[in-house]
Amino acid sequence: MADLATPGPDAVQFRFRDDEPVDHAAVTVDAFLDQSNASAVRIEPGDDARAILPHIEQLRLVEVNFPGFMDGRGYSSARILREAGYTGELRAVGDVLIDQLAIMRRCGFDSFQPDRALDEGDAQRAFTTWPEVYQAAADDRAPIWAKRHG
Amino acid sequence: MYQYDKYDQAMVDARVAEYRDQVRRRLEGKLTEDQFKPLRLQNGLYLQLHAYMLRVAVPYGTLNARQMHKLADIADKYDRGYGHFTTRQNIQYNWIKLEETPDLLAELASVEMHAIQTSGNCIRNISSDHYAGAAADELVDPRPYAELLRQWSSFHPEFLHLPRKFKIAVIASETDRAAMRLHDIGIRIVRNDAGEVGAAFYVGGGMGRTPMIAPCIREFVPLDQLVTYSEACLRVYNRHGRRDNKYKARIKILVHELGAEEYARQVEEEFAHLLTQGIEPPLAELERIGAYFADPPFETGASDTLDLSDPDFALWVERNCHAHKQPGYISATISLKPVGGIPGDASAEQMHLMAQIAELYSFDEMRVTHAQNIVLPHIRKADLYAVWQQLDEAGLGTANLDGIGDIIACPGLDYCSLANARSIPVAQKISERFAANGKGDTLGELKLKISGCINACGHHHAGHIGILGVDRKGTENYQLLLGGSEAADTSLGKITGPGFDEDGIVNAVETAADVYLRERQEGERFLDTYRRIGMEPFKEALYG
Ligand code: SF4
Repeated sequence: MADLATPGPDAVQFRFRDDEPVDHAAVTVDAFLDQSNASAVRIEPGDDARAILPHIEQLRLVEVNFPGFMDGRGYSSARILREAGYTGELRAVGDVLIDQLAIMRRCGFDSFQPDRALDEGDAQRAFTTWPEVYQAAADDRAPIWAKRHG
Repeated sequence: MYQYDKYDQAMVDARVAEYRDQVRRRLEGKLTEDQFKPLRLQNGLYLQLHAYMLRVAVPYGTLNARQMHKLADIADKYDRGYGHFTTRQNIQYNWIKLEETPDLLAELASVEMHAIQTSGNCIRNISSDHYAGAAADELVDPRPYAELLRQWSSFHPEFLHLPRKFKIAVIASETDRAAMRLHDIGIRIVRNDAGEVGAAFYVGGGMGRTPMIAPCIREFVPLDQLVTYSEACLRVYNRHGRRDNKYKARIKILVHELGAEEYARQVEEEFAHLLTQGIEPPLAELERIGAYFADPPFETGASDTLDLSDPDFALWVERNCHAHKQPGYISATISLKPVGGIPGDASAEQMHLMAQIAELYSFDEMRVTHAQNIVLPHIRKADLYAVWQQLDEAGLGTANLDGIGDIIACPGLDYCSLANARSIPVAQKISERFAANGKGDTLGELKLKISGCINACGHHHAGHIGILGVDRKGTENYQLLLGGSEAADTSLGKITGPGFDEDGIVNAVETAADVYLRERQEGERFLDTYRRIGMEPFKEALYG
């Protein structure tokens, strides 16, 4: 299960990785494409996640910002990165809420930095919401159709 | 029809548990209303003017008797003894209490039903042809494809926070009984020149304030790429659909602004990429689902004649029945539009009766139609008279399918908080007027559709005659539209001119009907006459 950091702003509350976190701030996509030696970048909803694909080898942290939880572009950004083979940390930041945790995991997020700390019990329950999944996505869960015809 | 296996059941059960927990957190104040709203919407729960409304999914409109009995029980236990069948082939309850919804959903799950994604900015319940599996003119039964996509779209992690709602319809015949091209994605199952079955994709249709007819963006998607292609269509929309303006957020605006060709190109690019990702279920899954939709054990050699000596029965057969692919059988539509009634409403007793009849006479199957009626798809012709008699006794034998009494009306200002004007009373008055003056019986096919505001839930753009409720200086006002159609010859209605008050619109509909009766030529429907003579004669009669 997730490591627990101190909750609060600028804190990663849940992390499903064993490697050392990157210790410096993420740069914007524009800045990253200009200077291009950073190892952490932050994607905003309007950014094209594919723009950074040529450089994913050097990246260890990608933050995907959710300024408002109803804007779902970050889910596509996350899957696009994972589909391109990105294996570094993929962090959901911003308006990250209990009821989005499970689907964020499915789209490939493996760390979570909510604006406001989430209730631990509610969050742990949320991560295990789905006993099965209908689709293949960016996690390694076998979809129901694969189990039916396994 | 489709039956859940342990996986499907586990998913709806998990959903009920998740929702129960969300309601708990809402009631404990851990979720704000803004945070809770999209969650309850994705479980079908709307806040209306006076109470919560719950919309229950009826996937592609297909129901069995056990499910219909349960819907009736729910109407009695949680509502006021009524249910309201909708234009999306679903059912709504208008007087629901928030605290009771988790138990209600658990009851639904016990009969393989749910309210998942019947609202909210996600892929909604998938609709289909209400004669699927029975129609003489279909290529194949479209429902296995709809079920495949139902599973794919349920809890799809990437597509639960779309710019706006997303509606998909699947059909498999030339005749379009599902308004396929007025959906975000319309799919027609087709056979190509090589004789293979596949899917034509129409993307970017819709009603609402900017009605558009979907262009075809790919003529043939092989059956073993259906999910992947759909995923590509959705991803392009999720990434690039507008989020700055709620009224421009539907995919039709994206397709329109990019142009169908450019949208199709972007989808092709995404599709090529996604084909490498292994997200498509094997064809064996489609076969597994398809087996549930095999023909019921029809009797061969059943008598193919009907005794039409009872004139009321004969009229009902003529108007409400549809040719079946199996000799000796027929599909019958139960009209939920009695004269002066609320379109689409059924009482718990009526639901129980329809369920009983379906179990006895229609291989345990019913369909909800997008015109808010119920179809008994497979009736032996030899049983039809007995079926009709039972229906007629319960007030379910109205012979008005596709006529002016078969009105589609949205809930309007009686329930809906977005409404400008009432729809239901207008529908009732028109239905009463045309019953009283006898003209209803002479008009033939005339599809009348009423929306209480520009959101067009009553599909007014697609009515041969459409009525749109607007707010005019604080009073309810109604615009009249002519010439819409949702059938294979899809067209959008045009506004005649200045609007009318409530009595005025009823008169105006009668005036338009009179112009048709005066001008029609042999064999012409209202729509045909309108298309031939144009708007002018109608304007002249209405305003001249
Ligand atoms: S058309 Fe308008 S009034 Fe009617 S149900 Fe839809 S939103 Fe409400």
